[in-house]
Amino acid sequence: MRYSLLSLVSHALGGNRDWKPAWRDAAPQPRYDVIVIGGGGHGLATAYYLARDYGIANVAVLERGWIGGGNVGRNTTIVRSNYLLPGNIPLYELSMQLWEGLERDINYNAMVSQRGVLNLYHSDGQRDAYARRGNAMRLHGIDAELLDREGVRRLYPFLNFDQARFPIQGGLLQRRGGTVRHDAVAWGYARAASDRGVDIVQNCAVTGFLREGDRITGVETTRGTIRAKKVAMAVAGHSSEVAAMAGLRLPIESHVLQAFVSEGLKPIIPGVITFGAGHFYISQSDKGGLVFGGDIDGYNSYAQRGNLPVVEDVCEGGMALMPAIGRARLLRSWGGIMDMSMDGSPIIDRTPLDGLYLNAGWCYGGFKATPGSGAVFAHLLAREEPHPAATALTLDRFAQGRVIDEKGQGAQPNLH
Amino acid sequence: MRIPCPYCGPRDSSEFAYLGDAAPRRPADGDAAAMATYVYLRDNPAGPMEELWYHAYGCRAWLVVRRDTRDHAVTGARLAAGREASA
Ligand SMILES: Cc1cc2nc3c(=O)[nH]c(=O)nc-3n(C[C@H](O)[C@H](O)[C@H](O)COP(=O)(O)OP(=O)(O)OC[C@H]3O[C@@H](n4cnc5c(N)ncnc54)[C@H](O)[C@@H]3O)c2cc1C
Ligand SMILES: [Zn+2]
Repeated sequence: MRYSLLSLVSHALGGNRDWKPAWRDAAPQPRYDVIVIGGGGHGLATAYYLARDYGIANVAVLERGWIGGGNVGRNTTIVRSNYLLPGNIPLYELSMQLWEGLERDINYNAMVSQRGVLNLYHSDGQRDAYARRGNAMRLHGIDAELLDREGVRRLYPFLNFDQARFPIQGGLLQRRGGTVRHDAVAWGYARAASDRGVDIVQNCAVTGFLREGDRITGVETTRGTIRAKKVAMAVAGHSSEVAAMAGLRLPIESHVLQAFVSEGLKPIIPGVITFGAGHFYISQSDKGGLVFGGDIDGYNSYAQRGNLPVVEDVCEGGMALMPAIGRARLLRSWGGIMDMSMDGSPIIDRTPLDGLYLNAGWCYGGFKATPGSGAVFAHLLAREEPHPAATALTLDRFAQGRVIDEKGQGAQPNLH
Repeated sequence: MRIPCPYCGPRDSSEFAYLGDAAPRRPADGDAAAMATYVYLRDNPAGPMEELWYHAYGCRAWLVVRRDTRDHAVTGARLAAGREASA
Protein backbone atom coordinates (compact mmCIF):
# COMPACT_ATOMS: atom_id res chain seq x y z
CA MET A 1 0.00 0.00 0.00
CA ARG A 2 1.22 3.50 -0.87
CA TYR A 3 1.55 5.94 2.00
CA SER A 4 0.12 9.40 1.35
CA LEU A 5 -1.55 12.24 3.15
CA LEU A 6 -4.86 10.66 2.21
CA SER A 7 -3.90 7.27 3.67
CA LEU A 8 -2.70 8.95 6.87
CA VAL A 9 -5.94 10.90 7.29
CA SER A 10 -8.23 7.99 6.50
CA HIS A 11 -6.39 5.67 8.89
CA ALA A 12 -6.44 8.34 11.58
CA LEU A 13 -10.20 8.68 11.17
CA GLY A 14 -10.49 4.91 11.52
CA GLY A 15 -8.60 5.10 14.82
CA ASN A 16 -5.40 3.75 13.26
CA ARG A 17 -6.69 0.19 13.76
CA ASP A 18 -6.32 -1.18 10.26
CA TRP A 19 -2.71 -0.49 9.27
CA LYS A 20 -1.17 -3.51 7.55
CA PRO A 21 2.38 -4.68 8.37
CA ALA A 22 4.82 -2.70 6.23
CA TRP A 23 6.59 -5.78 4.85
CA ARG A 24 6.18 -9.55 4.60
CA ASP A 25 7.95 -11.69 7.23
CA ALA A 26 8.63 -14.54 4.79
CA ALA A 27 9.41 -18.23 5.33
CA PRO A 28 12.46 -19.41 3.38
CA GLN A 29 11.93 -21.08 -0.02
CA PRO A 30 14.23 -23.93 -1.13
CA ARG A 31 15.99 -21.86 -3.82
CA TYR A 32 16.55 -18.31 -5.02
CA ASP A 33 18.48 -16.47 -7.70
CA VAL A 34 20.30 -14.45 -5.05
CA ILE A 35 20.67 -14.87 -1.30
CA VAL A 36 21.78 -11.84 0.66
CA ILE A 37 23.18 -12.75 4.09
CA GLY A 38 22.48 -10.03 6.65
CA GLY A 39 19.34 -7.93 7.06
CA GLY A 40 21.10 -4.71 7.98
CA GLY A 41 20.91 -1.55 5.93
CA HIS A 42 23.35 -2.78 3.30
CA GLY A 43 21.72 -6.18 2.79
CA LEU A 44 18.21 -4.74 2.52
CA ALA A 45 19.33 -1.96 0.18
CA THR A 46 21.16 -4.50 -2.00
CA ALA A 47 17.99 -6.60 -2.33
CA TYR A 48 15.92 -3.52 -3.15
CA TYR A 49 18.24 -2.29 -5.91
CA LEU A 50 18.56 -5.82 -7.34
CA ALA A 51 14.79 -5.80 -7.78
CA ARG A 52 14.42 -2.17 -8.84
CA ASP A 53 17.36 -1.75 -11.20
CA TYR A 54 18.04 -5.23 -12.54
CA GLY A 55 14.66 -7.00 -12.35
CA ILE A 56 16.13 -9.67 -10.06
CA ALA A 57 13.41 -10.14 -7.45
CA ASN A 58 13.74 -13.86 -6.70
CA VAL A 59 15.90 -12.81 -3.77
CA ALA A 60 16.02 -13.67 -0.07
CA VAL A 61 17.55 -11.57 2.68
CA LEU A 62 18.53 -13.91 5.52
CA GLU A 63 18.83 -12.23 8.92
CA ARG A 64 19.86 -14.19 11.97
CA GLY A 65 18.08 -11.84 14.39
CA TRP A 66 15.54 -9.23 13.41
CA ILE A 67 16.08 -6.59 10.75
CA GLY A 68 17.42 -3.38 12.19
CA GLY A 69 18.95 -5.14 15.22
CA GLY A 70 22.51 -4.69 13.99
CA ASN A 71 24.54 -1.57 13.31
CA VAL A 72 21.88 -0.05 11.08
CA GLY A 73 19.85 0.55 14.24
CA ARG A 74 22.84 1.35 16.48
CA ASN A 75 24.67 4.14 14.69
CA THR A 76 24.68 7.87 15.38
CA THR A 77 22.82 8.54 12.09
CA ILE A 78 25.35 10.90 10.50
CA VAL A 79 25.53 11.02 6.70
CA ARG A 80 28.09 12.97 4.67
CA SER A 81 30.32 12.62 1.61
CA ASN A 82 33.38 14.58 2.76
CA TYR A 83 36.07 12.05 1.87
CA LEU A 84 39.55 12.77 0.54
CA LEU A 85 40.69 9.87 -1.61
CA PRO A 86 39.55 9.15 -5.19
CA GLY A 87 38.78 5.49 -4.35
CA ASN A 88 36.18 6.53 -1.77
CA ILE A 89 34.71 9.83 -2.95
CA PRO A 90 32.51 8.57 -5.82
CA LEU A 91 30.79 5.92 -3.69
CA TYR A 92 29.96 8.24 -0.80
CA GLU A 93 28.73 10.94 -3.17
CA LEU A 94 26.57 8.44 -5.06
CA SER A 95 25.18 7.50 -1.68
CA MET A 96 24.50 11.12 -0.77
CA GLN A 97 22.60 11.64 -4.00
CA LEU A 98 20.54 8.52 -3.35
CA TRP A 99 19.72 9.78 0.18
CA GLU A 100 18.47 13.00 -1.39
CA GLY A 101 15.86 11.14 -3.43
CA LEU A 102 15.31 8.14 -1.17
CA GLU A 103 12.04 9.00 0.50
CA ARG A 104 10.23 9.69 -2.75
CA ASP A 105 11.75 6.59 -4.29
CA ILE A 106 10.71 4.17 -1.55
CA ASN A 107 7.63 6.10 -0.39
CA TYR A 108 8.81 6.04 3.21
CA ASN A 109 9.70 8.79 5.65
CA ALA A 110 13.33 8.19 6.63
CA MET A 111 13.64 11.69 8.11
CA VAL A 112 16.53 12.57 5.80
CA SER A 113 17.67 15.90 7.20
CA GLN A 114 20.42 17.83 5.40
CA ARG A 115 21.24 19.95 8.40
CA GLY A 116 24.96 20.28 7.62
CA VAL A 117 28.05 18.53 8.96
CA LEU A 118 30.77 20.79 10.39
CA ASN A 119 34.28 19.43 11.11
CA LEU A 120 36.12 21.85 13.38
CA TYR A 121 39.85 22.59 13.12
CA HIS A 122 42.03 23.77 15.96
CA SER A 123 45.47 24.37 14.43
CA ASP A 124 47.05 25.72 11.26
CA GLY A 125 48.06 22.23 10.19
CA GLN A 126 44.55 20.93 10.62
CA ARG A 127 43.16 23.88 8.66
CA ASP A 128 45.48 23.06 5.77
CA ALA A 129 44.42 19.42 5.86
CA TYR A 130 40.75 20.42 5.78
CA ALA A 131 41.36 22.89 2.97
CA ARG A 132 42.91 20.06 1.00
CA ARG A 133 39.98 17.77 1.74
CA GLY A 134 37.49 20.49 0.81
CA ASN A 135 39.33 21.05 -2.47
CA ALA A 136 39.29 17.31 -3.23
CA MET A 137 35.56 17.29 -2.63
CA ARG A 138 34.93 20.31 -4.86
CA LEU A 139 37.03 18.80 -7.65
CA HIS A 140 34.54 15.91 -7.53
CA GLY A 141 31.60 18.33 -7.67
CA ILE A 142 30.73 17.98 -3.97
CA ASP A 143 29.82 20.97 -1.81
CA ALA A 144 32.40 22.06 0.77
CA GLU A 145 32.99 25.38 2.53
CA LEU A 146 35.96 26.31 4.68
CA LEU A 147 34.75 28.53 7.52
CA ASP A 148 36.92 30.76 9.65
CA ARG A 149 36.37 31.26 13.35
CA GLU A 150 33.72 33.94 12.85
CA GLY A 151 31.93 31.77 10.32
CA VAL A 152 31.70 28.99 12.89
CA ARG A 153 30.65 31.45 15.57
CA ARG A 154 27.71 32.61 13.48
CA LEU A 155 26.44 29.02 13.27
CA TYR A 156 27.28 27.84 16.78
CA PRO A 157 27.92 30.73 19.18
CA PHE A 158 27.80 28.44 22.22
CA LEU A 159 30.95 26.43 21.41
CA ASN A 160 34.08 26.84 23.53
CA PHE A 161 36.07 29.03 21.12
CA ASP A 162 38.79 30.08 23.52
CA GLN A 163 39.56 26.74 25.06
CA ALA A 164 43.17 27.16 26.14
CA ARG A 165 44.54 23.98 24.60
CA PHE A 166 42.30 23.59 21.54
CA PRO A 167 40.90 26.99 20.49
CA ILE A 168 38.46 26.69 17.59
CA GLN A 169 40.00 28.25 14.49
CA GLY A 170 37.28 27.32 11.99
CA GLY A 171 35.71 24.36 10.28
CA LEU A 172 34.97 22.50 7.07
CA LEU A 173 31.25 22.54 6.38
CA GLN A 174 29.31 20.20 4.12
CA ARG A 175 25.81 21.64 4.04
CA ARG A 176 24.36 18.64 2.21
CA GLY A 177 25.45 16.33 5.03
CA GLY A 178 23.19 15.66 7.97
CA THR A 179 21.29 12.87 9.68
CA VAL A 180 18.84 10.13 8.70
CA ARG A 181 16.54 8.16 11.01
CA HIS A 182 18.45 4.87 11.08
CA ASP A 183 15.67 2.36 11.90
CA ALA A 184 13.46 3.90 9.23
CA VAL A 185 16.15 3.12 6.67
CA ALA A 186 15.95 -0.59 7.55
CA TRP A 187 12.14 -0.60 7.58
CA GLY A 188 11.82 1.54 4.46
CA TYR A 189 14.15 -0.62 2.37
CA ALA A 190 12.53 -3.77 3.77
CA ARG A 191 9.10 -2.56 2.74
CA ALA A 192 10.24 -1.40 -0.70
CA ALA A 193 12.09 -4.67 -1.36
CA SER A 194 9.26 -6.81 -0.03
CA ASP A 195 6.78 -4.96 -2.29
CA ARG A 196 8.91 -5.98 -5.27
CA GLY A 197 8.85 -9.64 -4.26
CA VAL A 198 11.98 -10.01 -2.11
CA ASP A 199 11.65 -12.49 0.79
CA ILE A 200 12.86 -11.09 4.10
CA VAL A 201 13.55 -14.02 6.38
CA GLN A 202 14.26 -13.30 10.04
CA ASN A 203 15.63 -15.59 12.77
CA CYS A 204 17.55 -17.38 10.05
CA ALA A 205 21.28 -17.59 10.78
CA VAL A 206 23.61 -18.82 8.08
CA THR A 207 25.69 -21.63 9.59
CA GLY A 208 27.61 -22.89 6.55
CA PHE A 209 27.95 -22.86 2.77
CA LEU A 210 27.00 -25.42 0.12
CA ARG A 211 30.00 -25.95 -2.08
CA GLU A 212 30.64 -27.75 -5.35
CA GLY A 213 34.37 -27.51 -5.95
CA ASP A 214 35.23 -23.83 -5.93
CA ARG A 215 31.63 -22.76 -6.43
CA ILE A 216 29.21 -21.72 -3.68
CA THR A 217 25.73 -23.01 -4.46
CA GLY A 218 23.76 -22.09 -1.37
CA VAL A 219 23.77 -21.91 2.40
CA GLU A 220 22.98 -23.99 5.45
CA THR A 221 20.84 -22.08 7.92
CA THR A 222 19.03 -22.57 11.19
CA ARG A 223 15.88 -22.79 9.04
CA GLY A 224 17.20 -25.40 6.63
CA THR A 225 19.23 -25.62 3.43
CA ILE A 226 18.67 -22.90 0.83
CA ARG A 227 20.15 -22.99 -2.66
CA ALA A 228 21.02 -19.99 -4.79
CA LYS A 229 22.86 -19.06 -7.96
CA LYS A 230 24.65 -16.30 -6.07
CA VAL A 231 25.28 -15.66 -2.39
CA ALA A 232 26.07 -12.14 -1.20
CA MET A 233 27.54 -11.39 2.24
CA ALA A 234 26.55 -8.15 3.98
CA VAL A 235 27.01 -9.04 7.63
CA ALA A 236 29.07 -6.03 8.82
CA GLY A 237 30.84 -6.90 12.11
CA HIS A 238 30.45 -10.63 11.49
CA SER A 239 32.14 -10.72 8.09
CA SER A 240 35.17 -12.72 9.31
CA GLU A 241 32.93 -15.29 11.00
CA VAL A 242 30.78 -15.89 7.93
CA ALA A 243 33.76 -15.81 5.54
CA ALA A 244 35.49 -18.43 7.70
CA MET A 245 32.55 -20.77 6.99
CA ALA A 246 33.71 -20.64 3.37
CA GLY A 247 37.37 -21.03 4.37
CA LEU A 248 38.28 -17.39 3.65
CA ARG A 249 40.34 -15.05 5.83
CA LEU A 250 39.66 -11.31 5.50
CA PRO A 251 41.68 -8.13 6.10
CA ILE A 252 39.27 -7.25 8.89
CA GLU A 253 39.12 -7.05 12.68
CA SER A 254 35.82 -6.74 14.59
CA HIS A 255 35.74 -3.84 17.06
CA VAL A 256 33.14 -2.28 19.32
CA LEU A 257 31.96 1.33 18.97
CA GLN A 258 29.73 2.95 21.56
CA ALA A 259 27.02 5.60 21.11
CA PHE A 260 25.35 7.86 23.67
CA VAL A 261 22.07 9.73 24.04
CA SER A 262 21.22 12.41 26.60
CA GLU A 263 17.83 13.13 28.09
CA GLY A 264 15.49 15.06 25.77
CA LEU A 265 16.28 18.78 25.58
CA LYS A 266 14.83 21.78 23.76
CA PRO A 267 16.47 22.40 20.36
CA ILE A 268 20.05 23.56 20.85
CA ILE A 269 22.22 21.97 18.13
CA PRO A 270 20.81 22.54 14.64
CA GLY A 271 23.41 20.52 12.71
CA VAL A 272 26.16 17.94 13.17
CA ILE A 273 29.41 19.09 14.80
CA THR A 274 32.67 17.19 15.12
CA PHE A 275 35.48 18.17 17.49
CA GLY A 276 38.83 18.09 15.70
CA ALA A 277 41.17 17.95 18.68
CA GLY A 278 39.83 14.65 19.93
CA HIS A 279 37.28 12.32 18.45
CA PHE A 280 33.80 13.54 19.30
CA TYR A 281 30.71 14.12 17.15
CA ILE A 282 27.28 15.31 18.15
CA SER A 283 23.84 16.10 16.79
CA GLN A 284 20.38 16.42 18.27
CA SER A 285 17.58 14.05 17.38
CA ASP A 286 14.12 15.36 16.59
CA LYS A 287 13.00 13.92 19.94
CA GLY A 288 15.50 16.26 21.62
CA GLY A 289 18.17 13.83 22.77
CA LEU A 290 21.78 14.79 22.13
CA VAL A 291 23.22 11.89 20.10
CA PHE A 292 26.99 11.60 20.33
CA GLY A 293 29.99 9.32 20.12
CA GLY A 294 33.74 9.18 19.75
CA ASP A 295 36.49 6.61 19.28
CA ILE A 296 36.10 2.88 19.09
CA ASP A 297 37.19 1.05 22.24
CA GLY A 298 40.25 -0.14 20.36
CA TYR A 299 40.48 -3.90 20.91
CA ASN A 300 38.88 -6.82 19.05
CA SER A 301 35.37 -7.41 20.35
CA TYR A 302 32.15 -9.24 19.57
CA ALA A 303 30.54 -8.17 22.85
CA GLN A 304 28.22 -5.41 21.57
CA ARG A 305 29.08 -3.40 24.65
CA GLY A 306 32.10 -1.28 25.47
CA ASN A 307 33.99 -0.21 28.58
CA LEU A 308 34.12 2.85 30.79
CA PRO A 309 37.42 4.48 29.68
CA VAL A 310 35.80 5.33 26.34
CA VAL A 311 32.70 6.70 28.07
CA GLU A 312 34.99 9.04 30.01
CA ASP A 313 36.98 9.97 26.91
CA VAL A 314 33.87 10.77 24.88
CA CYS A 315 32.37 12.88 27.65
CA GLU A 316 35.66 14.78 28.01
CA GLY A 317 35.53 15.54 24.29
CA GLY A 318 32.00 16.86 24.71
CA MET A 319 32.99 19.05 27.65
CA ALA A 320 35.96 20.47 25.75
CA LEU A 321 33.78 21.34 22.76
CA MET A 322 30.65 22.67 24.47
CA PRO A 323 30.82 22.90 28.25
CA ALA A 324 27.03 23.41 28.43
CA ILE A 325 26.69 19.69 27.73
CA GLY A 326 27.79 19.08 31.33
CA ARG A 327 24.32 20.14 32.46
CA ALA A 328 22.63 17.34 30.55
CA ARG A 329 22.27 13.81 31.89
CA LEU A 330 23.28 10.78 29.90
CA LEU A 331 20.20 8.68 29.28
CA ARG A 332 21.54 5.58 27.59
CA SER A 333 24.50 4.13 25.73
CA TRP A 334 25.12 1.00 23.73
CA GLY A 335 27.67 -0.66 21.48
CA GLY A 336 27.79 -2.19 18.02
CA ILE A 337 30.30 -4.53 16.39
CA MET A 338 31.95 -3.17 13.30
CA ASP A 339 34.11 -4.65 10.60
CA MET A 340 37.27 -2.50 10.83
CA SER A 341 39.26 -3.07 7.67
CA MET A 342 43.04 -2.86 7.39
CA ASP A 343 42.98 0.45 5.50
CA GLY A 344 39.77 1.89 6.92
CA SER A 345 37.90 1.58 3.61
CA PRO A 346 35.22 -0.90 2.53
CA ILE A 347 35.45 -3.95 0.29
CA ILE A 348 32.82 -4.63 -2.39
CA ASP A 349 34.02 -7.43 -4.60
CA ARG A 350 33.80 -11.00 -5.79
CA THR A 351 35.63 -13.57 -3.65
CA PRO A 352 38.02 -16.32 -4.74
CA LEU A 353 34.96 -18.64 -4.70
CA ASP A 354 32.55 -18.49 -7.65
CA GLY A 355 29.07 -17.44 -6.65
CA LEU A 356 30.18 -15.77 -3.39
CA TYR A 357 30.28 -11.98 -3.15
CA LEU A 358 31.55 -9.75 -0.37
CA ASN A 359 30.37 -6.41 1.00
CA ALA A 360 32.34 -5.63 4.17
CA GLY A 361 34.87 -3.44 5.97
CA TRP A 362 32.58 -0.47 6.60
CA CYS A 363 34.23 0.43 9.87
CA TYR A 364 32.29 3.04 11.83
CA GLY A 365 31.17 4.96 8.76
CA GLY A 366 28.97 2.59 6.82
CA PHE A 367 25.56 4.00 7.63
CA LYS A 368 26.04 6.98 5.32
CA ALA A 369 27.00 4.54 2.59
CA THR A 370 23.86 2.38 2.87
CA PRO A 371 22.08 3.41 -0.36
CA GLY A 372 25.28 3.61 -2.41
CA SER A 373 26.57 0.32 -1.06
CA GLY A 374 23.30 -1.40 -1.94
CA ALA A 375 23.25 0.11 -5.42
CA VAL A 376 26.84 -0.81 -6.32
CA PHE A 377 26.65 -4.28 -4.74
CA ALA A 378 23.47 -5.00 -6.70
CA HIS A 379 25.34 -3.87 -9.84
CA LEU A 380 28.21 -6.25 -9.10
CA LEU A 381 25.81 -9.15 -8.48
CA ALA A 382 23.73 -8.50 -11.58
CA ARG A 383 26.44 -7.46 -14.06
CA GLU A 384 29.47 -9.36 -12.76
CA GLU A 385 31.58 -6.23 -12.93
CA PRO A 386 32.17 -3.43 -10.44
CA HIS A 387 29.98 -0.35 -10.56
CA PRO A 388 31.96 2.68 -11.84
CA ALA A 389 31.70 4.27 -8.37
CA ALA A 390 33.31 1.27 -6.67
CA THR A 391 36.15 0.09 -8.90
CA ALA A 392 38.87 0.63 -6.27
CA LEU A 393 37.16 -1.25 -3.42
CA THR A 394 38.60 -4.63 -4.31
CA LEU A 395 39.63 -7.46 -2.01
CA ASP A 396 43.05 -7.86 -3.62
CA ARG A 397 44.02 -4.19 -3.19
CA PHE A 398 45.82 -5.09 0.05
CA ALA A 399 48.14 -7.65 -1.51
CA GLN A 400 48.68 -5.30 -4.46
CA GLY A 401 49.57 -2.32 -2.29
CA ARG A 402 46.63 -0.25 -3.58
CA VAL A 403 45.18 0.44 -0.14
CA ILE A 404 42.77 3.35 0.35
CA ASP A 405 43.97 4.73 3.66
CA GLU A 406 42.14 8.01 4.39
CA LYS A 407 43.90 8.45 7.70
CA GLY A 408 47.34 7.23 6.62
CA GLN A 409 47.60 4.87 9.59
CA GLY A 410 48.73 1.66 7.91
CA ALA A 411 47.45 -1.84 8.61
CA GLN A 412 46.26 -1.13 12.16
CA PRO A 413 42.45 -1.26 12.26
CA ASN A 414 42.02 0.34 15.69
CA LEU A 415 43.69 3.53 14.40
CA HIS A 416 41.41 4.10 11.40
CA MET B 1 38.93 -4.49 31.79
CA ARG B 2 42.06 -5.20 33.85
CA ILE B 3 45.21 -6.80 32.56
CA PRO B 4 47.39 -8.79 34.98
CA CYS B 5 50.86 -7.50 34.08
CA PRO B 6 53.55 -9.94 35.28
CA TYR B 7 55.62 -6.98 36.53
CA CYS B 8 52.98 -4.51 37.74
CA GLY B 9 50.04 -6.67 38.80
CA PRO B 10 46.44 -6.09 37.67
CA ARG B 11 46.25 -2.70 35.91
CA ASP B 12 43.44 -0.88 34.07
CA SER B 13 43.43 -1.51 30.32
CA SER B 14 43.64 2.23 29.65
CA GLU B 15 47.33 2.04 30.70
CA PHE B 16 47.99 -0.23 27.71
CA ALA B 17 48.21 0.19 23.94
CA TYR B 18 46.70 -2.52 21.77
CA LEU B 19 48.40 -4.06 18.78
CA GLY B 20 46.17 -7.03 17.95
CA ASP B 21 46.34 -10.76 17.30
CA ALA B 22 49.58 -12.30 18.62
CA ALA B 23 49.42 -15.26 16.25
CA PRO B 24 50.78 -13.86 12.94
CA ARG B 25 54.54 -14.41 12.56
CA ARG B 26 56.67 -12.32 10.23
CA PRO B 27 57.73 -14.46 7.25
CA ALA B 28 61.17 -14.46 5.68
CA ASP B 29 61.82 -11.52 3.35
CA GLY B 30 61.23 -12.06 -0.34
CA ASP B 31 57.91 -13.93 -0.24
CA ALA B 32 55.46 -11.17 -1.20
CA ALA B 33 52.34 -13.31 -0.85
CA ALA B 34 53.31 -14.52 2.62
CA MET B 35 54.14 -10.96 3.64
CA ALA B 36 50.73 -9.67 2.46
CA THR B 37 49.03 -12.45 4.41
CA TYR B 38 51.04 -11.56 7.52
CA VAL B 39 50.36 -7.83 7.27
CA TYR B 40 46.69 -7.88 6.28
CA LEU B 41 44.81 -11.13 6.95
CA ARG B 42 43.46 -12.02 10.38
CA ASP B 43 41.48 -14.88 11.93
CA ASN B 44 39.46 -12.34 13.95
CA PRO B 45 37.96 -15.05 16.19
CA ALA B 46 34.81 -14.70 18.30
CA GLY B 47 36.12 -16.34 21.44
CA PRO B 48 39.44 -16.72 23.28
CA MET B 49 42.34 -14.97 21.58
CA GLU B 50 45.99 -14.22 22.36
CA GLU B 51 46.88 -10.61 21.63
CA LEU B 52 49.74 -8.17 22.03
CA TRP B 53 49.31 -5.30 24.51
CA TYR B 54 52.01 -2.78 25.43
CA HIS B 55 52.13 -1.48 29.00
CA ALA B 56 52.79 2.11 27.89
CA TYR B 57 51.91 3.82 31.18
CA GLY B 58 53.59 1.16 33.31
CA CYS B 59 56.64 -1.03 32.87
CA ARG B 60 56.73 -0.63 29.06
CA ALA B 61 56.81 -4.34 28.49
CA TRP B 62 55.02 -6.03 25.60
CA LEU B 63 52.60 -8.69 26.86
CA VAL B 64 50.74 -11.59 25.32
CA VAL B 65 47.28 -11.34 26.86
CA ARG B 66 44.65 -14.06 26.65
CA ARG B 67 41.20 -12.51 26.36
CA ASP B 68 37.75 -13.61 25.19
CA THR B 69 36.45 -11.29 22.47
CA ARG B 70 32.83 -12.24 23.27
CA ASP B 71 32.80 -10.90 26.85
CA HIS B 72 36.24 -9.20 27.32
CA ALA B 73 37.19 -11.61 30.13
CA VAL B 74 40.98 -11.57 30.55
CA THR B 75 42.33 -14.95 31.61
CA GLY B 76 46.07 -14.41 31.65
CA ALA B 77 49.09 -12.40 30.55
CA ARG B 78 52.76 -13.23 30.04
CA LEU B 79 55.77 -11.38 28.71
CA ALA B 80 56.01 -11.31 24.96
CA ALA B 81 59.81 -11.31 25.09
CA GLY B 82 61.09 -14.82 24.60
CA ARG B 83 57.71 -16.14 23.47
CA GLU B 84 59.28 -17.79 20.42
CA ALA B 85 61.31 -19.98 22.77
CA SER B 86 58.32 -20.98 24.91
CA ALA B 87 55.90 -21.44 21.98
C1 LIG C 1 27.71 2.99 17.71
C2 LIG C 1 27.85 3.13 16.23
C3 LIG C 1 27.75 4.40 15.64
C4 LIG C 1 27.88 4.54 14.26
N1 LIG C 1 27.69 5.79 13.71
C5 LIG C 1 27.72 5.96 12.37
C6 LIG C 1 27.44 7.22 11.79
O1 LIG C 1 27.14 8.21 12.49
N2 LIG C 1 27.49 7.34 10.44
C7 LIG C 1 27.82 6.29 9.65
O2 LIG C 1 27.88 6.46 8.45
N3 LIG C 1 28.05 5.05 10.17
C8 LIG C 1 28.00 4.85 11.51
N4 LIG C 1 28.23 3.60 12.05
C9 LIG C 1 28.57 2.48 11.16
C10 LIG C 1 27.36 1.84 10.51
O3 LIG C 1 26.32 1.68 11.46
C11 LIG C 1 27.74 0.48 9.90
O4 LIG C 1 28.91 0.60 9.11
C12 LIG C 1 26.64 -0.08 8.99
O5 LIG C 1 25.38 0.00 9.62
C13 LIG C 1 26.96 -1.53 8.64
O6 LIG C 1 26.09 -2.05 7.66
P1 LIG C 1 24.68 -2.77 7.97
O7 LIG C 1 23.67 -1.73 8.26
O8 LIG C 1 24.36 -3.65 6.84
O9 LIG C 1 25.06 -3.61 9.28
P2 LIG C 1 24.13 -4.39 10.31
O10 LIG C 1 22.89 -3.64 10.60
O11 LIG C 1 25.01 -4.77 11.45
O12 LIG C 1 23.73 -5.67 9.46
C14 LIG C 1 24.43 -6.90 9.43
C15 LIG C 1 23.43 -7.97 9.77
O13 LIG C 1 24.00 -9.26 9.51
C16 LIG C 1 23.43 -10.15 10.42
N5 LIG C 1 24.22 -11.37 10.49
C17 LIG C 1 25.45 -11.54 11.03
N6 LIG C 1 25.85 -12.83 10.93
C18 LIG C 1 24.84 -13.49 10.30
C19 LIG C 1 24.65 -14.85 9.91
N7 LIG C 1 25.58 -15.80 10.15
N8 LIG C 1 23.49 -15.18 9.27
C20 LIG C 1 22.53 -14.24 9.03
N9 LIG C 1 22.66 -12.95 9.38
C21 LIG C 1 23.80 -12.57 10.01
C22 LIG C 1 23.41 -9.37 11.73
O14 LIG C 1 22.49 -9.92 12.65
C23 LIG C 1 23.04 -7.97 11.26
O15 LIG C 1 21.66 -7.69 11.38
C24 LIG C 1 28.12 3.41 13.44
C25 LIG C 1 28.23 2.14 14.03
C26 LIG C 1 28.08 1.99 15.40
C27 LIG C 1 28.16 0.62 16.01
ZN1 LIG D 1 53.59 -3.62 33.52
